Amino acid sequence: MTERASVESGHKPLLSLRNINMTFGGVSALKNVSFDVLPGEVHCLAGENGSGKSTLIKIITGVYRPQDGAVIEYDGLTYSHMSPVTAQAAGIQVIWQDLALFPEMTVAENIAFQTVLGRWPRVVNYNSMRETAEKALARLGVTLDVDRPLKDYPIAQRQIVAIARALIGEAKLVFMDEPTASLTQSETDYLLDIVRALSASGVAVVFVSHRLAEVLEISSRLTVLRDGALVGIYSTEGMTQSRITELMTGKTFDHTIRARDVSANPVVLEVEGLSRQGQFEDISFTVRRGETLGITGLLGAGRTELALSLFGMLKPRSGSVKLEGKPVHFSSNRDAIAAGIAYLSEDRLSLGLIQPQSIADNLVIASLDRIMAGGLLSDNSKRDLVARWIVDLGVKIGQQGDAISTLSGGNQQRVAIAKWLATDPKLLILDAPTVGVDVGARAGIFNIVAKLADTGLAIILISDEVPEVYFNADRVLHMAQGRIVNQFTPSECALQDIEASVYA
Amino acid sequence: MRKIVQSHATEFALLAVIVIISLFLSVITDRFFSLGNAFDLLNTSSVNIIFAVGLLVVLIAGGIDISFAVAASVVQYVTAVVLGWMGGGGWISGLLIAGALGILLGAVNALLIHKFRIISIVATIATFNIYFGLLMFFTRGVSIYNLPDWLTTRVILFEHEMADGSWIEITLPVLVMLICVVATWAFITRTTTGRQLYAFGDNPEGARRFGINIGAMQFIAFGWLGLMAGIGGLIQAHYAQEVVPNALYGRELDVLAAVVLGGARLGGGKGSVLGCVLGVLLISITQNGLNLAGVSPYAFKMIVGAIILVAITLSNTSIEKLLPFMRQDGDRK
Repeated sequence: MTERASVESGHKPLLSLRNINMTFGGVSALKNVSFDVLPGEVHCLAGENGSGKSTLIKIITGVYRPQDGAVIEYDGLTYSHMSPVTAQAAGIQVIWQDLALFPEMTVAENIAFQTVLGRWPRVVNYNSMRETAEKALARLGVTLDVDRPLKDYPIAQRQIVAIARALIGEAKLVFMDEPTASLTQSETDYLLDIVRALSASGVAVVFVSHRLAEVLEISSRLTVLRDGALVGIYSTEGMTQSRITELMTGKTFDHTIRARDVSANPVVLEVEGLSRQGQFEDISFTVRRGETLGITGLLGAGRTELALSLFGMLKPRSGSVKLEGKPVHFSSNRDAIAAGIAYLSEDRLSLGLIQPQSIADNLVIASLDRIMAGGLLSDNSKRDLVARWIVDLGVKIGQQGDAISTLSGGNQQRVAIAKWLATDPKLLILDAPTVGVDVGARAGIFNIVAKLADTGLAIILISDEVPEVYFNADRVLHMAQGRIVNQFTPSECALQDIEASVYA
Repeated sequence: MRKIVQSHATEFALLAVIVIISLFLSVITDRFFSLGNAFDLLNTSSVNIIFAVGLLVVLIAGGIDISFAVAASVVQYVTAVVLGWMGGGGWISGLLIAGALGILLGAVNALLIHKFRIISIVATIATFNIYFGLLMFFTRGVSIYNLPDWLTTRVILFEHEMADGSWIEITLPVLVMLICVVATWAFITRTTTGRQLYAFGDNPEGARRFGINIGAMQFIAFGWLGLMAGIGGLIQAHYAQEVVPNALYGRELDVLAAVVLGGARLGGGKGSVLGCVLGVLLISITQNGLNLAGVSPYAFKMIVGAIILVAITLSNTSIEKLLPFMRQDGDRK
C-alpha cells in the first residue's frame, strides 16, 4: 500500500539519518526514525503537531542530542550528533517557525549574525555586515533599509530577513518550519518562488507546512511522521491532499457540504452600512438563528476589525447594528457580552487563553457572574459548570485544575469555545478557529460548530482557508480591502468559484 | 539627521529634557549656570556613571542586579583592609584588588542565576542582603578613616580659575569614569561578545539556537558589572576620603532608575551608553539645581520621581508623535 519512492540512482543523499530516538522526561518523542534528503531537492516533512517534526529538525541542527546509536550522515561525513556550530559550519540552516530573530537589532545584524558568533571577542565590522546583508537581500530580489531595527518591519519582511540570514554562508540544506503560517497568499507565492530558485541553485530545502496544497505544489518528496514514528517516504507525484491527511492522522475524512437553507429562521444580527475608516467600508449582512455565516478573504481584508467592531472593541464610524431587531451601541466588549455576543479571538495563544492558568479558570473567566453564591465565587458551581462543558464539547483533559498549556491545540480551542458558550450567547463569532489546530482535531471543532448551529446559535465563521468556510458555512461572504465583494451559497457553487474570487 | 534622531529617540528626548530643566534652573538660581558648577556636577556624578554603565550591560543581557551597590561597599572595605595589611599599596594594586573582588561578587550572582536557575531579581535581592549583612556583621558598622595617603589625596588633573573667581577642575574620578564609559561603549557596540549579549537579551532562545554560550553570557554581564562596581567603590572611597559600610546602601535604586531613564529596557536587548550617561546626568542636574534653588532636600525624591515619569513617558510615546515633521510619509497610516 505504501508507495515508497526509491532514491533515484546516481544521487547520493546529502543528509541521511538512521536510528534516531529521543525521549523527553520519559515520553518518547521520536521512535527509530530515519530520514534522508537529496541534494537540491524540495522535501516536505509532514505530520500533525506533536508528531516529532520540530524535534527531528532540532536534532539535525544540533539543538538536541539524540540517544546513543543514532547515525547522522551528512555530505560524506558521519556524526553521532550535531552541535549548532558544526551544523552551521557544514551549511545546514534553519528558518524557525518563530523565526528566532532579534527585533531590537538592525536588519543587517540579524542577517549577518553569524559573523558575530565565536567564543573570543573580536572587533565587529559593521561595514562588511551591511554588505553581506545587502548582498543576501539582493539575491532574494528585496530591498530593505538594513540599518533600521527589525521591529520596524512587519512579519512578512521579517520572514524575508530570516531567509536572507539562512543564505549567507554556503547553505546546502535549509529547513523552513511553517514559513507561510503568517503570510498572505501573494507573499506565500513569492516565498514559494524563492524556494524554487534555491532548489534550482542546488540548495536542498526541507519544507514543513500545515497547508497541504503548498506542500504538493512545492515539493518532490514527502516524509510523513505520526506520533514520533516514521509512516513513510513518498513521491508527491499523484499524491492528493486527502491522502496526506490520511497518512498524517491514520484516519479518513469525508468532506461534505453542510450548507442548509435557514432563510425561514428569525434574524439575530442585522448589520447595515457599517464603516470604519481605513479598515472596512459599507458592510451590510444578516445572520439568522441556526445559521453559520462564513467570512473569508486574505489577511488584511478587514475581517478581524469587523468582528472586533461587532464585539464592541472597536468603534465603527457609521452604520447600524441590530441584535434581534433592536439597535445596539456597545461602548465596550462588556456590553457586547451582556447583550449575547461572544468572540473567539484569532490569537488563541496570547489573547484567547491564559496559558499558565488552569483549564477550569480559563473556562469560567467570561461567565464568573453565573457561578456566584452569596456574592462570592462558588467552587461547587464552578466545578459543575466546567464538568458540563467538558462533556458537551468532548474535551480530553486530566484534571480540571491542570494548566491549559498541558492540552493540545485542538483541546485548547474547545476550552476557548466553551468559555464563550458558558456566557450563553446568541451570536458566536469564531475568528480563525483552526489556526494551530491539527487536521484531525479540526474536524472535531467543526462538528461542535455544526451541533451549536443546530441548537439555534447564530455563528459567524471567519477563516482565510476557503475550504473551511465552503464546507462548514451556510453562506459565504468574500471580503477584500474592507468591502464585501462577493456572496456565495456553498450548496449552489463549487469550491473553485470562491477560491477564484479570493485569490484572483 | 532625521535618521539619527529616529534611531536615538530616547537620547534626544533626554537631551531635550536636560536642556529645558537647565534653562529653568538657570533662570531661578544665579549659580547654576556656570562652568564651575558644571564641572562640579561631573565630579560628583562620576561614581554613579561608573555604576550605571556596569548595570547597563546586565540590563542589556536581560538581567537585573540589586546587589551591586552593597557589593561595592564590600569591595571598598575589603580593599581598604587588604591595603592596610600590604602596608599601603598604590593605585594600580588598589584597582586590581577592587576590580578582582568586584568580578568575584558579580560571578556569585551569575552562578546563582545560571546554575541554580534563580531569576536575577530574586538572586540579587538575596545577595544584596547577604553582602550587606556580612559587611555590617564583621565591621559592626565601624568606618575606616585611616586610609593610605595616595587614596585620600585629591588628584586634580586640570584646573583653571575663571574670570568670576570660580574654579573649574577635573579630578581623577572623572578620568576613571571616562575610561569606564568608553570601555563599556567599545565592549557592547564594537565587539562580537557585546553583540552576543544584546542578542541574548533580545531573544534568549534565538541566541541559544545559534549556539551562543548562555552561561558565559551571564558571567560576562555580571562580571562586567562587578568590575565596574569594584572600580566605582574604590573611587567613591577616594572621593569621600573614608570607607563607611553603609555609604552606598540605597544607591542601587537611584542608579537603576537613571539607567532605565536612559532607555535600557528591563527585559533585555535594548540600551545605550550615551542614554545611560544622560540619565544619570539628568538626575544629578535636577538634584544640584534644586539644592542651589534652596528647595528642601526632603522634596528632592518627589521631584526626581516626577521627572523620571515625565522623561520615560516622553521617550516611550516616541519623539515622532510630538514632532510631526519627523514623521516619514507613508510610514504608518
